Amino acid sequence: MGNGTSIGRVRGLGSAREGAHHWLLQRFTAIGNLVLMLWLITSFALLPDLTYPTVREWLAQPLSAAAMALLLVSVFWHARLGLQVLIEDYVHEAGSKFALVVLLNLAAIAGAVFGVFCVVRIALTPLGGAA
Amino acid sequence: MADRPLSPHLQIWKWGPHMLVSILHRITGDGMALVGLAIGLWWLGALASGEEAYGLFYELASSIPGHIVLIGLSWAFFTHMMSGLRHFVLDIGAGYELDTNKMWSILAPVIAIILTVAFWAWILLK
Repeated sequence: MGNGTSIGRVRGLGSAREGAHHWLLQRFTAIGNLVLMLWLITSFALLPDLTYPTVREWLAQPLSAAAMALLLVSVFWHARLGLQVLIEDYVHEAGSKFALVVLLNLAAIAGAVFGVFCVVRIALTPLGGAA
Repeated sequence: MADRPLSPHLQIWKWGPHMLVSILHRITGDGMALVGLAIGLWWLGALASGEEAYGLFYELASSIPGHIVLIGLSWAFFTHMMSGLRHFVLDIGAGYELDTNKMWSILAPVIAIILTVAFWAWILLK
């Protein structure tokens, strides 16, 4: 290590005072996932069938579309936090760890954006209308 | 990094239910994150693309391999949900007594299997 300040010598080598924030967000998004996933599973169980017109009409409703968009944000955020821990636990080389966490952030945000975009398109495109 | 002391890894300890529920939580969570989210986005993308794309997804999902994947994912969800609820209880400082801890370590994955069976019975028999 260099001759930096005492805080500079320990930064990145352990708690950077971000652990509690990460831990709390994991719990907040877990509660969001619990409520919204139970909504999704109940919806699947209660729909008469899971064919295109039925599912499309259901997801185009404002409440379903909003819940699905919220689920996407909550679940991708939660997955990002979980996979980050996986990387931190098993990838010990600093460069690879950094690269994987960057990749994870990009993939998680891209996935959530793609999902929400699909929901918006489903909600705003009338069935049978011009796609 | 290399010269720091490492804690003993899994193979050192005598296995108990609390270890099983812990590793199941990680496997199901990361499994869903890697496989479940990809399939979920495929489903949403197909639904947004139109009847033809959704038809292909529906056909694959209705096949036997498709059902195996979906049943596996639903089991992963219920298992992660149950061990996650267990985590919430542990987070408030409860459930650390040895007997209680062991009981819920066993019950959480068992209840998850019951929920998985019940869900698919409902879906396939309705």
